[in-house]
Amino acid sequence: MSEKVEVVLDQICREVGNDRTRLLDILREVQHRFGGVSGEAVDLIAQRLETPRVEIESVVSFYAFLSEKPNGNVVIRICDDIIDRMHGSETVARAFESELGVQMGQATEDGKISLTHTPCIGMCDQAPAALINDVVVTHLSSDTARTIVAELRENHDPTQLVKELGDGNNAHDLVSSMVQNNIRLRGPVILTDFEPGSALKKALAMSPVEVIRNVKTARLRGRGGAGFPTGMKWEFTRAAKADKRYIICNADEGEPGTFKDRVLLTEYPDLLFEGMTIGGYAIGAKEGIVYLRGEYTYLRKFLESVLERRREEGILGRSVCGVEDFDFDIRIQMGAGAYICGEETALISSCEGLRGDPKNRPPFPAQSGYLGYPSSVNNVETLCCTARIMEHGPGWFSSHGTDRSTGTKLLSISGDCKRPGIYEVSLSTSLREILGLAGAEDAQALQVGGPSGQMVGRQEFDKTICYDDFPTGGSMMVFGPQRNLLEVVHAFLEFFVEESCGYCTPCRVGNVLLKQRIEKILDEKGEPADLQYLEELAQTVKMASRCGLGQTSPNPVLSTLKRFRSEYERRVKPATDGRQPGFDLSEAVAQAVNIVGRESTHS
Amino acid sequence: MSKPKIATTSLAGCFGCHMSLLDIDERILELAELVEFHKWPINDRKSFSAQCAVGLIEGGCCNEENVEVLRTFRSSCDVLVSVGDCAIMGGIPAMRNMVPLEECLQEAFVDGPTVHNPTGAIPNDVEIPLLLDKVYPCHEVVKIDYYLPGCPPPADTLWEALVALLTNKPISLPYNLIKYD
Repeated sequence: MSEKVEVVLDQICREVGNDRTRLLDILREVQHRFGGVSGEAVDLIAQRLETPRVEIESVVSFYAFLSEKPNGNVVIRICDDIIDRMHGSETVARAFESELGVQMGQATEDGKISLTHTPCIGMCDQAPAALINDVVVTHLSSDTARTIVAELRENHDPTQLVKELGDGNNAHDLVSSMVQNNIRLRGPVILTDFEPGSALKKALAMSPVEVIRNVKTARLRGRGGAGFPTGMKWEFTRAAKADKRYIICNADEGEPGTFKDRVLLTEYPDLLFEGMTIGGYAIGAKEGIVYLRGEYTYLRKFLESVLERRREEGILGRSVCGVEDFDFDIRIQMGAGAYICGEETALISSCEGLRGDPKNRPPFPAQSGYLGYPSSVNNVETLCCTARIMEHGPGWFSSHGTDRSTGTKLLSISGDCKRPGIYEVSLSTSLREILGLAGAEDAQALQVGGPSGQMVGRQEFDKTICYDDFPTGGSMMVFGPQRNLLEVVHAFLEFFVEESCGYCTPCRVGNVLLKQRIEKILDEKGEPADLQYLEELAQTVKMASRCGLGQTSPNPVLSTLKRFRSEYERRVKPATDGRQPGFDLSEAVAQAVNIVGRESTHS
Repeated sequence: MSKPKIATTSLAGCFGCHMSLLDIDERILELAELVEFHKWPINDRKSFSAQCAVGLIEGGCCNEENVEVLRTFRSSCDVLVSVGDCAIMGGIPAMRNMVPLEECLQEAFVDGPTVHNPTGAIPNDVEIPLLLDKVYPCHEVVKIDYYLPGCPPPADTLWEALVALLTNKPISLPYNLIKYD
């Protein structure tokens, strides 16, 4: 390793004060500068941080955006979620492969351009999309794939690929992205004008306890999908005895089909930061962390600039709004491509510079979270809602929606619909109304809440998105009558198999077994008993898994078995002579026949 | 009425499950009261001459002969039970599933450090059944009605299960018969 590298690594480590808990930042920077984290780099980092090298290696191997082998200078990551596939991402991928002369997962001969798949990058409303380094390219086709490769070969600079800027802040100098917001429907609560500082000043005029009481009176529930009452979470965090507390914003929007946080971060960063500052005041935190998914790196500089502006305006930093004993600042923690980090305890692990493994609960983060301090982890949209509650009062907030599900909800609608994008609707809106808004009246199924949610059929389209019917983090994937729903289930399981952290067996192994059995049925080799097998195994995985990933990953199987059973039943038939149609003896002995050069004597 | 017949076999197993069956000790006399052992390794009968009520399968399928025997058991037994971890999951023999078949044979007969094989040939007699590409658990080859896990399942587990099956009573296995750590 050259001296120069050692100097650079020294500098990178020093920038975060050789702090072990900032390992993820260090590794991201090393990856960025050198295209990979080599064994030598691992050694050097381990020395600087006084940490066993195996810990560094285990972090590098965990995150999709970190690699030991150097990637090309340009890494093309094609989004591979089901919505992108429905819009032709596989054709696009083939076009990239043939233009580059490589297969998925390989780099070009000169080592300059790598090609790979990535799970949902939050662009389902403008699919097929890809990440090229940090640059998002949308609405891909095999034609654009060819042009992109030609240009990259020329200049190796993905930023040059952006010809037309998107709307709103996507065109901001610090964003300069072709991403479109696709805001289709603005509701009264979130997607309206906001004056930075207005909500915060009202909050600071109250005592922290009063702020929490207002959030409770508004009956706000978490918008990430689980629906835990936000006021209660803040109260628990405030009540925990400690010298420090943290408020953490979960902006690791990884649930396939969700992209509402992308739009909030682009257009309403002040609303979010204000919500965090209010939360910090309420729970008694001096520091907030925004955990921003690696896929949204293109928004980072812009968000940093908004934070800086807020510091200059005196609404962030020391003595916020002139309140002497309230110092509060926010830092952005970048993720590195791991769905599991959207789970709050895994997110905390990741903030601490560890693998994104979930932690055991209890203790809950409100008692012992980031670095062992009480922490409140809230969704982007939830924090935006808390700012609105301060701005307009809890009574106004709870006048929207239903009694038990107050306020509005941002939906990310994609798939087989005429108008994919963001919709802010009341929590009392029915699925049928939502499909009508998006132009998807002929939908055969709606996946509510992403792969970990529920697949719902026509007979239940009159139910609503309130917390009692179909609570959702906002992902709404529409599947038209032409879609094979079992293929959708299969794609979801592939996703979970890939994203399972591997810590607990039910999730690591169970999801693979579920996927294999779905494959058997899709190949028309299934038998009726397979349905019972799927049901039992799915229940086991749900019950025995350690965190939310495994506890929800069997949902695509269970919800389709419940609501679309005929899709399974028409593909399975009872085995004749008790033989399994999935087993083909001549196929199984083919290798041996090849090796020894004689035919099987059995049939 | 004649006694129900049972049959047992060991496919890609180690006969440990059969040893465990013998571990029911003197209860084997009671079992003999209940059933007739139609085809099992003790009498070494080559083929079925009658339909059996119960077939016990030890071991998974690693070669074509295993498949043939298992299929014959399936058509000749009303109820088929996978006994032990090899039958249920492939067990130890399935460790080769991680390695391509050709490499397995190469290592076993040519490259292995203790192999003496001057011709370097891989055994290939027509009497030797062809190996499958991997070791399959029995239920992936034929339909299996019941599973008795364990390596091997304790004699008492086998006893309780067989008696329940043959007397048509619900099985109740106490915790200590189905815990494995």
